Amino acid sequence: MTALLATAGLTAFYGDFQALFGIDLVVGEGEAVAVIGANGAGKSTLLRTICGLLPADADRIRYRGANIGSLPPADIVARGIALVPEGRKLFPSLSVEENLLMGEQCGRKGSWQLDRVYALFPILRERRRLPSVSLSGGQQQMAAIGRALMTNPELLLCDEISLGLAPIVIRDVYAALPGIRAEGTALVIVEQDINRALGLADRVYCLQEGRVTLEGRPASLTREQIKLAYFGV
Amino acid sequence: MDWVNAVLQGALVGGLYALFAAGLSLMFGVMRLVNIAHGDLIVLAAYLGLVTVDTLGLGPFTSLVVVVPAMFVLGYILQRGLLNFTLGTDILPPLLVTFGLSIVIENALLEGFSADEQKLQAGSFETASIHLTDQLAIGWFPLVIFVTAVAVIVLLELLIYRTAVGRAFRATSDDADTARLYGVRNRHVYSLATALALAVISIAAIFLAVRVNFDPASGPARLLYAFEAVIIGGLGSLWGTLAGGVVLGVAQAIGAQLNPGWEQLAGHVAFLIVLIVRPRGLFPKLAD
Repeated sequence: MTALLATAGLTAFYGDFQALFGIDLVVGEGEAVAVIGANGAGKSTLLRTICGLLPADADRIRYRGANIGSLPPADIVARGIALVPEGRKLFPSLSVEENLLMGEQCGRKGSWQLDRVYALFPILRERRRLPSVSLSGGQQQMAAIGRALMTNPELLLCDEISLGLAPIVIRDVYAALPGIRAEGTALVIVEQDINRALGLADRVYCLQEGRVTLEGRPASLTREQIKLAYFGV
Repeated sequence: MDWVNAVLQGALVGGLYALFAAGLSLMFGVMRLVNIAHGDLIVLAAYLGLVTVDTLGLGPFTSLVVVVPAMFVLGYILQRGLLNFTLGTDILPPLLVTFGLSIVIENALLEGFSADEQKLQAGSFETASIHLTDQLAIGWFPLVIFVTAVAVIVLLELLIYRTAVGRAFRATSDDADTARLYGVRNRHVYSLATALALAVISIAAIFLAVRVNFDPASGPARLLYAFEAVIIGGLGSLWGTLAGGVVLGVAQAIGAQLNPGWEQLAGHVAFLIVLIVRPRGLFPKLAD
């Protein structure tokens, strides 16, 4: 499997505070990778840095062989990396459909259009004229995933898409992911719900305090190893 | 009948204040930038109109063909080259920089054009009127101002609510970082907003220059009217801004009717009353 995305010794800072200490992460073409870890381990920071929201050195992030670390977010999404941000972050003054259409801003053409997103999440079609804030949490999450899909990504980064949702709703949201993968879209799933993450992923990374503490195929890792990497005790 | 006349004229003049205010409202709405130099940019556009009329021999209204695109380009460059660098979590830098810009523009105009009052001439059109009854007439010029203001607001609303650029404006206003994730280039969007704002105030500037005398120091008063119209109307609502302009215009007309010296005072008093009774304006839209 060829590497789609590779970070090498990736560091990230919030002012003087260092959040990532040399992360090496590889995502293959069409692969699903889970990133797990406790609160504050640096999972969201990792995704935000890959997307260009936090500055990085150009050669620390390579995508399809090109250094993309220092590019602005607009250029990164135009290359095919889309983020479903933590907390969904829909635009409150835009309707549901307008939120989805924001995905078109990056100018990437492809098979993901409004109709396909509505086919994937039919409830969004019914609610398309409503303000995005009127949706339930699960529907908002679907809209956030749909908005990212509208950029026609090759690599979809999902940041805690189960956050704050009821278990039955989480199941509905996750049910959409296999279909997205079937398109050949690679996935990076950041989760606190370890079983969810392990059930879906080809490979898993565990972060702790800004470092990778464990990496491997879910089947090859024991509970004990994961617990140790997760909590460091 | 004098009173009806005063209210009617005041309402029409409100269109001019709405045009002053629409640009201010747009810039604040998209990037939370309060442009203290707004009034001076209006006066700058008026002088640009004056120069265009003098050198190209155009009429005052046809000079808009030159002034509007020129101010659009100037707005883009001003935002891209200067104001973008002042934006951040702190609201003070944009205030200070635009305040400085206001002083720079005023003094540059003083240097270039002296303190003499200027005016654009539109001939008999300035005083032409439609007689509704024997005692009631409305001027063509105030009517054109008002209709233009309505048309500009309709166009701005269409742009903001029906186009991809408008969606980018609103999304950036909501959450600039998240908008960037989907391909919005903030600096470009901010520059477009300022370019558009200056294009709108160019129209207001030419109307102003035909209506009254202006000089390099006329800016701050226009800024004040624009502020008042925006606040009366409620932040973020362009139709509210039109309403705010009309309230201001009517209050001034009534004040002038009571006593010729009370025109300005009455406008400010109306503003204060709205601020006390409805602190968020008549049609508030923005939450913050």
